[in-house]
Amino acid sequence: MIPSKRASTASVVWFVLTRLTRDRSALIGLVLIGALLVSALLAPVLSTHPDDVLELHPAERLKAPSRAHWLGTDRMGADVYSRLLFGARITILIGVIAVGASLVVGVPVGLVAGHYHGWFSDLLMRMSDVFLAVPQVVLAIAIAQTLGPSLPNVILALSATYWPWFARVVYAETRALQKEVFVESTSALGASPWRLIALHVLPNIASPIIVRASIGMGFTILTAAALGFLGLGPPPPTPEWGRTIAESREFLPDAWWYAAAPGLAIFLTVMGFNLLGDGLRDVLDPRLRRGGE
Amino acid sequence: MRLLALVLHRLAWFVPTLLGLLVVTFVISRVIPGDPVALVAGETATPAQVEALRRQLGYDRPLPAQFADYVTRLAHGDMGTSLFTRRPIAEDLAHRLPATIELTLAAMLVSVLAGIPLGVLSALWRDSPLDHALRLVTVSGLAIASFWLGIMLQLLFAMRLGWTPLNGRLQGFPPRTITGFYLVDAGVTGDWPTFGAALLHMALPAATLAFPALATLVRFTRAGVLDVMQSNFVLYERAMGLPRFVIVWKYILRSALTSTVTQIGLLFGILLAGAVVTEAVYDWPGIGTYAVNSILRSDYNAVMGFTVWAGAIFIVVNLLVDVAHTLIDPRERAT
Repeated sequence: MIPSKRASTASVVWFVLTRLTRDRSALIGLVLIGALLVSALLAPVLSTHPDDVLELHPAERLKAPSRAHWLGTDRMGADVYSRLLFGARITILIGVIAVGASLVVGVPVGLVAGHYHGWFSDLLMRMSDVFLAVPQVVLAIAIAQTLGPSLPNVILALSATYWPWFARVVYAETRALQKEVFVESTSALGASPWRLIALHVLPNIASPIIVRASIGMGFTILTAAALGFLGLGPPPPTPEWGRTIAESREFLPDAWWYAAAPGLAIFLTVMGFNLLGDGLRDVLDPRLRRGGE
Repeated sequence: MRLLALVLHRLAWFVPTLLGLLVVTFVISRVIPGDPVALVAGETATPAQVEALRRQLGYDRPLPAQFADYVTRLAHGDMGTSLFTRRPIAEDLAHRLPATIELTLAAMLVSVLAGIPLGVLSALWRDSPLDHALRLVTVSGLAIASFWLGIMLQLLFAMRLGWTPLNGRLQGFPPRTITGFYLVDAGVTGDWPTFGAALLHMALPAATLAFPALATLVRFTRAGVLDVMQSNFVLYERAMGLPRFVIVWKYILRSALTSTVTQIGLLFGILLAGAVVTEAVYDWPGIGTYAVNSILRSDYNAVMGFTVWAGAIFIVVNLLVDVAHTLIDPRERAT
């Protein structure tokens, strides 16, 4: 639970961070996400062949991992390791914008539907139920296919299908809070609904939202990779990880590194967000603590 | 009859949810693209041809009328014609459904038969090496991209070791069609060589599809069992000196597994969704491969048909899970 309202934001963040580093798996998650951020930010510095995202080197095609090419080269003769680093930028971009947009849509929907009672609340929640009733990847495929393969369209397809998760969580938490004495009394004192929601309800449901956002990052990145693999992601020569794996298939089993490296990158990234999400849940929301751990 | 009322209540929401899904797919297919008709007609069509096609498809009418039309045709099982195969989409999908269901059920069987016992063991021997190893499995299962796992399994078992076929459902002639499930059909007719071949073909796709489900089940079962183990009534039975296996078998498992049962129902939906990508990797001739091929050919109608179809199955499964949950867990009935 987040400490009393008087605590400054900085001290809350510090509290959460110190608790997280005490949990081994949350620490691993933080390290993995840190590594991802560093790879993305410092991609031009860390990469051994920074120009390989666009340049062709036909003579260097499909070379096995070596000192010159740590993770080998791909079908264009580009350095797989360098392209992975630049791919991290796309992954973060997709994850952050899609989850951010889902938050921006889902949280207000959940708050309004949870706070007010009536047909409008029902309508909002039914709408999100429709989206939750279908596997995310199926709807995302339909939207991305209609809009055409590009980076903004992938992000749009993922946002359009992920916001209901936030709406659900926020709705349930807001409804539960309605019975709390402090909400009732604030309301009785004449606080406007907006004041009540923004200053009293929202801070108290921040924990589940943060946990959901972390897990949502992992989930969204995984779905984005699947869309890329199916050819619905940003078009080449974008070094998107899912598409790279799809490209590598015709060169198997010989060029195993070409397929293995991006998949491993996806795996470590998603695992990072999942572990962090689990850790955050333990620290922020003791009610949901993993069984006996 | 509270139970009946609850079931009816859930059923009453079924139709609006399905209608909502249709609105969503209708918006995706008719409203989002600037001009769906031009897309269908292709780039070489003249404006006059596009206009003719628009009238022929009924796209010149107002949107609500088009929607009513869309729903009416769907209600009659008409999903339109595939732009590529020129065959009715509903027929194509129905034809491919057994392959998907067979794969999904196989994956479900694997994940349940392995996942629940492993979850129980992991809880009973908490913090043992087995528990730690399984922790790794559950963490990976939810982080791995299933298409990548599939490709890696193909690389190892099919390409390098040559133990299993690379892809497809069967080489040569399928067994005589009775149910459409190759394993069942081959088993019933006593065609054991075909049965073996079908099983080998299924091994990798089923394993790929089952892995995330297995991870979920292990995690869920472990948490459930640990929860019950710490409850007061188990503590009481321990204090009474009941043998450990009696406590585990009679008391812990019984109350821990109720919620796992409903989890299995939810898994079916997740597996169906996962089947899209898994089938694409293994060229499994089910509805997932159909959807992916339709994407690659920009076959609009087919992609929408698939979405409606998968959504409808998913909604029905969730409904059944809800009802089953109510039947199994008396606490649900009280609320």
